[in-house]
Parts: sequence; C-alpha cells; structure tokens
Amino acid sequence: MVVAAVVAVAFFVIPLLGLLQRTPWSTLWADLTTPEARDALRLSLVCSVSATVLATVFGVPLAWVLARVDFPGRALVRALVLLPMVVPPVVGGVALLYAFGRSGLVGELLYDWFGLQLTFSTAGAVLAETFVAMPFLVLTVEAGLRTMDTRYEDAAATLGANRWTTFRRVTLPFLMPSLVAGAALAWARALGEFGATITFAGNIQGRTQTMPLAVYLALQSQPEGAIALSLVLLAVSVVVLVMLRDRWFPTVTPRRA
Amino acid sequence: MSLEAELRCRMGQLDLEVEIKARDDEVVAFLGPNGAGKTTALRILAGLRGVDAGRVELDGATLDDAEAGVFVVPELRPIGVVFQDYLLFPYLSALDNVAFGLRSRGRRKAAARATAREWLERVGLADHAASRPAALSGGQAQRVALARALATEPRLLLLDEPLAALDVSARGEIRRELRRHLRSFEGVRLLVTHDPVDAATLADRLVVIEDGRVSQSGTFDAISAHPRSPYVADLVGLNLFHGRANEGVVTTDGGGELAIAERGVEGEVFAVVSPRAVALYSDEPHGSPRNRWAGTVTDVDVVASRVRVRIDGPVPLVAEVTRAAVQELGLEPGSRVWSAAKATEIDVYEA
Repeated sequence: MVVAAVVAVAFFVIPLLGLLQRTPWSTLWADLTTPEARDALRLSLVCSVSATVLATVFGVPLAWVLARVDFPGRALVRALVLLPMVVPPVVGGVALLYAFGRSGLVGELLYDWFGLQLTFSTAGAVLAETFVAMPFLVLTVEAGLRTMDTRYEDAAATLGANRWTTFRRVTLPFLMPSLVAGAALAWARALGEFGATITFAGNIQGRTQTMPLAVYLALQSQPEGAIALSLVLLAVSVVVLVMLRDRWFPTVTPRRA
Repeated sequence: MSLEAELRCRMGQLDLEVEIKARDDEVVAFLGPNGAGKTTALRILAGLRGVDAGRVELDGATLDDAEAGVFVVPELRPIGVVFQDYLLFPYLSALDNVAFGLRSRGRRKAAARATAREWLERVGLADHAASRPAALSGGQAQRVALARALATEPRLLLLDEPLAALDVSARGEIRRELRRHLRSFEGVRLLVTHDPVDAATLADRLVVIEDGRVSQSGTFDAISAHPRSPYVADLVGLNLFHGRANEGVVTTDGGGELAIAERGVEGEVFAVVSPRAVALYSDEPHGSPRNRWAGTVTDVDVVASRVRVRIDGPVPLVAEVTRAAVQELGLEPGSRVWSAAKATEIDVYEA
C-alpha cells in the first residue's frame, strides 16, 4: 500500500520537477515579455476574469433556484448544468460552434440580426471559458446554500426584509465563503481552458490566443516561452490551492438539516 | 389591542389545533413538552408558515385566513421575534443587528443606527454596540436579540425559548431582567417555553400545549393547584388521579379507591395529593388516615435532604419522605410498602 502511495506521489511530483529543471531562470523575464507572451497573459487575464464575472452573475441565481425552488425536472437541470464538467472540452467547443457559430442554432440569428460573430473573437473565448467554468461556481454555491441555516432568513423576514433585501443582506454574507471558493475554482478553470477555446474561438494572437493556447503553440518553436508561461499557470494554481485548502473540495452532496 | 387566533395545521407527526386569545396587558406563555407544537404555533403567528385552516387576527386586522385566502407575509406583519439561539447575524455588529429591522423598513442608515443605539442603551448594552455577536455572552446576545425585535416597535412580540440557550448559573438574573423588559413593552407578548420556572416568572397566564392541543390554561397558581394532565401534575410535582367520585370515594381509572373529605363533588373528577402528604409504613397502619394502599417500590430518588419514592400498585404514586425514614423502612426497588394519606389531604375537582 505504502509503496503504491509513494509511486503515486512521485507520479505527481516528477512532472513538476521536470518543468522546474528545464526552466530558463536567467531569461524568464525576457520570455514572459515577448509580444506573444504579453498578449497571451493579457488576454488570459481579461477572458478568465470576464468569464468568472459572467459565471457569478448567472451562476448564483441558478444555484439559488437549484437549492431553494422545488420544481419538476430539477435533477435533470442540475445534470445539464454539470455536463460541461464531464464532457471533453473539445466536444464542448464543437457544441458551442454549432450553437453560437456563424451558421449555428443561435449564432446565425445573432449574426443576421445584430451582425454579431462570436467565433474567432475574444467574446467567443470568454463564452467558451464561461461554459466550462460556470458549473464549478454553481456547484459550490449550491452546496453553500444547502448547508446554510435558513432560520437566519426567517429572522430577516420577521424584521421586515423582503426577499431581495434578505438575499442581499443575509443570504449573500452567509454565502460569501462558498462564493469566493466557487469563483476561484471557476476562474482557475477558465484560466486553464484549452479545448473548447481553440475549437470554438480559434487561436488568433491578441484576440483568442490565451496562455494555454500560447503554451501549446510555443512548445514547437520556442520551448523556453512555453515553459515560462506554464510556470505562471502553475503558480496561479498553487495560489488558488492554498487559498482553498480548507474547503478542497466543497461538499457536493446536499446536506439536509 | 389583542390577538385572536385559531390555528389548525398538520405537519408530520404533529396535528396542531389551538385557539389563542391574548391581550396587550398580559404576558402569555405557551408551556409544553418538546414536539407539542408550541414553536409551530409561534411560527404560524409570525407568518413563517401557513395554516391548513383557521385565522389570525391582530388588533382586528386579519393576518391569516385560510378560508378567505388571506395571508400576510412575515415582512409585512407588525411583529418582533426573539428566536431560540437568538439568530443574530454574525457578520454584523450588535448595533447593525438592532438597526436591521429599521433599515429593512426603509429607514436611512444614520437614522436607523441612532434608534438602534437608543435600544442598546435601554437594554444596557451601549458599550457593546460595535461588538460582533460572537464576542457577546449568552445573556448579552439575548438582550441584543430583544432590542432587535423591539426596535421596529411591533404590536406582537414573540419569544421562542428565550432562556433555553443560557447556562443555568446565569439564568436567574437574565430571567429577572427579561421580565422587566417584557413588562415595559406595550403590546401582545407571547413566549414559548418548556420550563415551568420561566413560564411562572415571565408570564401572567399560561397556555399548556400538549400533543397539538391546549390541555389547560390560566395563571400559574391556578394550573399548579389543579393540574388537568399528567404532564402538568409532573411539572408541579403532584400525584394526579382521574376517576369518578361517589359518596366520598373516588374510584380511579386504574381501579384504586381514594377516600376524600369533600362531599360536594360527584361524577368525573381529578384528585391530587402532594407527595409530602403521603406517609409510608412497612406494615398496614392502623390509625386515622382513611387511605391505606399496598404497593411495591419501583424507584428511590434522593432530592437534597428528601427522598422521592415511586410506588406502583392500585394507586400508583410518589411519596416524599426523609432519608432516615427510607433507611428505617429499608426501602429499595422491589420492597413491599404501605402508603397512607389523610382524606383531607386529597384535593378533588371536576374533570
């Protein structure tokens, strides 16, 4: 048992060592400030933050409905919401292409009516990242809502707070740890998104080429740049991990009082 | 100002059906065992749950009417609730907790805080305005909860087990304090408790709720003198019997006979006898007590300097005797014993 465990740990540690021993420390700064790398860094930041904001704005109400409103087909809706977590991101990208692409189900209407084209645009990259990241937020926030003591909301109601005030001044503060954790998870996922982005939004420097895409591309021509960017992504992951160490992973199974 | 309510609701095991009338010049306590429906009744009055049938009227205004389809949501009811465990918002200061209701009702932040400060002063916690609930003692948290409930000037104040969360050592003083605050509030005051001491000290009138029904109501003295259920008799420490009175003898439901001194009562009655009025003998006594019952000791319980002896037999009862008597008679579970009580010690009243 112990031997197998040691092997497993080694399996996780060796790739890290591999990355670190090949890191060109002396040229690291130069590698990170090439125009390609800077574009990728900037774009990744913009896209992942936008995706996290979108995931929060739409994900929190969705989590609230899933946790608090009893409606037929709730289990089905929850399964659909979680689907992006389990389907291969490439498949997600293909699905997005035929939904929001130029000739897609909705994309065609968007283009005809508003002249809006999501494919090969930064908005498309944001969309792809939101698609894969939102489930993490919904899941975490829903779990938070389910474990929350709803009697505090009762107390707010008896003090004259309507539903919105209660949500804003009671539910949200209680939910804050879950919300922060969910947003961090979603952000980390969005930042690392590769498959859906490259399939749906393409790989255009400065527009849709985020860090993971740049890493993949640079690996053939300029491995030092790829390693430098990988190191940044790794550092971000470590920071998120440390931030969430107390609740990694949050409870997914609903707890009932 | 008054509250009139008829509540009927089913929830799991509980089948609640109670009628409540309360005036604004009295404090009413719902007293009853756990699961009897007291808290459910309180939640219905607060609007936190609906009724299956019945209505709630406060000062003539209808808050609930199942038949007419009227239901006023909690945030629009003129109520204040002190919850069990107080439920102070942990991320707000004591001041902002008290200001919460005023803010929710549209008061500006500064004005709400000014009023909240006055309330904190009134409950003696002006120095703790900035404290988070976690930094408050149980008694302080209770006073903040009370101030929070009162700050919106409700016309109905509901308190759910207001002392249950406190240490026994702190309870006496906090109870007296709460009593003082309850006296000064003008409006209908209703509290839920399972502790007869709380009910007796805080309330003018008790409504005993057992199994979803009102089993008895009245002042504490009236209820404790004439209990009408084993639960109440047990709370006040009396032996209670139900049976039929006929020519100076009560035949209990269990088949035992009690000789009584009163002549006026006939038919279905309750009879009570204090455990202190019961004497114990190892052999059948010969003397003036007309009541002599043979039985078996089932339990011997030392309470301070006295001993409570539970005896099973045709007339099952509890006797309270001295430790010396227990030793002399060699009483232990299983011992055969004779108990005796004078007819004049048995109080009889209509069932």
